[in-house]
This record gives sequence, structure tokens and C-alpha cells, in this order.
Amino acid sequence: MIAIIDYGVGNLFSVKSSFSYIGAEVVVTSDENVIRQAEKLLLPGVGAFEDAIAKLRSTGLDKVIIEEANRGKPIMGICLGMQLLFDKSLEFGEHRGLGLLRGKVVPMAGFIDKSLKIPHIGYNSLIFKKSHPLFKYINDGDYVYFVHSFYATDCDDSLLATTEYDKELTAIVAKGNVIGCQFHPEKSGEVGLNILKAFCEM
Amino acid sequence: MITKRIIPCLDVKNGRVVKGVNFEGLSDVSCPVELAKYYSSCGADELVFYDITASFEERKLFTDILTRVAQNVFIPLTVGGGINTLDDFDRVLKCGADKVSVNSGAIKNPQLIKEAALRYGSQCVVLSADIKRVDGKFLVFSKGGRENTGIEAISWIKRGVELGAGEIVVNSIDTDGVKNGFDIELLKLVCEAVNVPVIASGGAGSIAHFVELFNEIPNIDAGLAASIFHFGEVEIKELKKQLKENNIRVRI
Repeated sequence: MIAIIDYGVGNLFSVKSSFSYIGAEVVVTSDENVIRQAEKLLLPGVGAFEDAIAKLRSTGLDKVIIEEANRGKPIMGICLGMQLLFDKSLEFGEHRGLGLLRGKVVPMAGFIDKSLKIPHIGYNSLIFKKSHPLFKYINDGDYVYFVHSFYATDCDDSLLATTEYDKELTAIVAKGNVIGCQFHPEKSGEVGLNILKAFCEM
Repeated sequence: MITKRIIPCLDVKNGRVVKGVNFEGLSDVSCPVELAKYYSSCGADELVFYDITASFEERKLFTDILTRVAQNVFIPLTVGGGINTLDDFDRVLKCGADKVSVNSGAIKNPQLIKEAALRYGSQCVVLSADIKRVDGKFLVFSKGGRENTGIEAISWIKRGVELGAGEIVVNSIDTDGVKNGFDIELLKLVCEAVNVPVIASGGAGSIAHFVELFNEIPNIDAGLAASIFHFGEVEIKELKKQLKENNIRVRI
């Protein structure tokens, strides 16, 4: 069973629907016991980093997630959920993350060419950096759907795939059982569903 | 690099897609769920649903349909029509919408854009504007293009972005339904004025019109159309193939 962690951030309907669609047993929960019993965890997230990490801490779910990840349970963060896995974020100030991945989250503004729009919205292609079981059903160059203004950097040890938006931006990270996607697999058509399917099989 | 998006728009009334549709292999051509699945399988990048109903009962039917679409289609879904309050945002987001499009509701109360952007994020708030030339000026029309608000279009769109709109849909009333091509002049002005994604709507009659749109305005992000897709005059698979042949980046 996959537990989608509900900590009051964003819309979980599509994430849940996408797992159900590929035949996975999935539950949306904020219950510590359910999270501890689940085989895999999914950390969603939309909005501001500071607000999201504060919500995780105020509910105590941050500790549960860190403990379960350290026990080796596969966890995937999506979009802001991926960013939360890192050491810290420089989104409107400096905020400590869950620290499950080395690296930091920084603004795209000032890094990419000024003429490009921020947020980076739309389908962009993946550039594989390593092979990984997550890529079992997808190919280098496949398109996925991004919506973000910040990106993860200094994360060389976990970098699996990037995407090009003037510069190469972190798209997928993985270190052992801890995985993150900057884009939305639940909104990336067949390719996204195939990433989730591979995650379910890990 | 990022790709240009192709977006079919479905007007839904009494639980059915309005405007006749005719596709082989679809058991029920005006069923929004069937049509959404079909478009997604053909390579549509996103879908827009307009709720063109009025009564409370019909609104419930619309959100039920939206829920079923979101359980079966995994590309971004935008919902518009009758969005006047934050409660309206909440209602459709809970049913699986990713973005919510405001039009007349934002003209009546521009703060709606700001409040929604603060609560749900700018990426969720789409400002849709119906625009028409009047005495050499581009003006905004409300209530489905029936009422001239007298508001100058470019300044309205800029204000919408300042208030927090994360994406703009530009519907040209002058070119809509004429099938003579998108309103390049208007769309260029909008793209020069704002730095958020702009979606072109109104006027597409052929694949060549999409090629012209993306070639003439490199900054434009997406092309939206309804009946030409529904009637099969333009097939999305073929459209994307030809865009690619014209060196326009698309997701295939």
C-alpha cells in the first residue's frame, strides 16, 4: 500500500487518482500509524516551501517521514514535495528542509535567461544522467509536465535527470530509497503514469 | 526546451459536450469523459472545460463529470465558467481541476484574482479575456462576449498579472468562428505586455493557422480551439506532426 501524506498542502485528488488508475493500492492519510505501515510513501506539495515545512513540523509528520525513510522505505516527493527532501531552501529567506537529500533549492530568477518566463510551465523533455529502475518504462527525451519557479542544485550525488530551460535544471533525484520529481508525474500523461508504475515496483 | 501546447476546449452543458462531435471509435461522442480520454490519447497537452450551465443542479452534474475526467485523464485540466468566488475555486479544485479560469467574475471583482492566487498559488489562476476591436481600440467584453465593459484590454491583462494571474487566455471575438487564423496582432501585443504564459484562442481553422501562430509569435505558449477539433477538421496527432516538421517543438 502507498500512503500519500496529507499535511494540508495542495490538491491530492489527481495524485491519488493516478495511482488508482495504474492499479496501485493507495490511501491519502495524515495518520502516523498508516504512514508507518505503508510500503511506500508519496510526499506531494504545491505552494510555498516555508508554509509546507512548517505544516509538516507542526503535525510531527516530518519526524515520521525521516524515520521511515531512514528505515529504507521508498519515498517519492513530487514538485514542492521533492524540494522538501533537501537540506534547505532559499525560497523567500532560508528554510531548513527534511535533510534526506544533500543540496539546496534556489530561485530560477537570475540563473536562467531573462527573456524566459518564470514559472517554468509546460511539457519539457528529460535528460537522463544515470540509469535507474525508475526509468524502466520511460525513455531519455520523454516529456513531463513542469510548474515551478525554484529548482534544486548542489545535488550531484542524487541527480538522475535534468531538463533544459536555458540551463539544465534538476528534474529527477534519487539516493537509495529517497526519490524526487520536480515535475508532476500525475499530470504528464502516459510517461508520468509509467514513472509511478516503476516506483510502485521498486 | 519547453514545448508549445495544444489545448482542446470542451463546453459542457447538462453533462454533455456542446457543439456536435463526430469521431469514429467513440461510443458516445458528446460524453465529456469519453472525449477527454480520446483527446488525451491523441496527444492533447491540456484540456479546458467550460461549464456553461446556470442552475445549482446542473453545476453539481458538471463537478461529477469533472471528477470522472480527473480519474481517467492525467494531463492538466483547466475549468472555467461561472467562477465568481473562492468557493467556486474550491468546488472545482476538489474535483480534480488543476487550474481555474476567471473571466466575468474577475471583471466584476478583480480582487478575486489576488485572493485566489494567495490561497492556491498563481499557477492555479488563469485569466481569460474576451477581446474585441472597437473604434481602433482593443476592449474587454464580459458575459460571454456580449457586454462591452469599455476596459482597455492590454491594461486589464497587465493588471490581472499584477494581481496574481499565472496564465492568460486571449479570446479574440473578431477572429472567433471565422476560421481565418488567430488574431496575431492582438496576441503579439499581449505577449509583449506580460511575462506569464499566453494561450491563443479564437480563429483557428486549419493546421497552417497553428504553424503561423507559433512562427509569428515565438513567445506564445499554446493554441486553444474547440469545434475544429470536435468536428475532426484538425486532428491533434496530425497537427503536432506538422508542427514538428515545421521545427516547432511539441510533445509527441
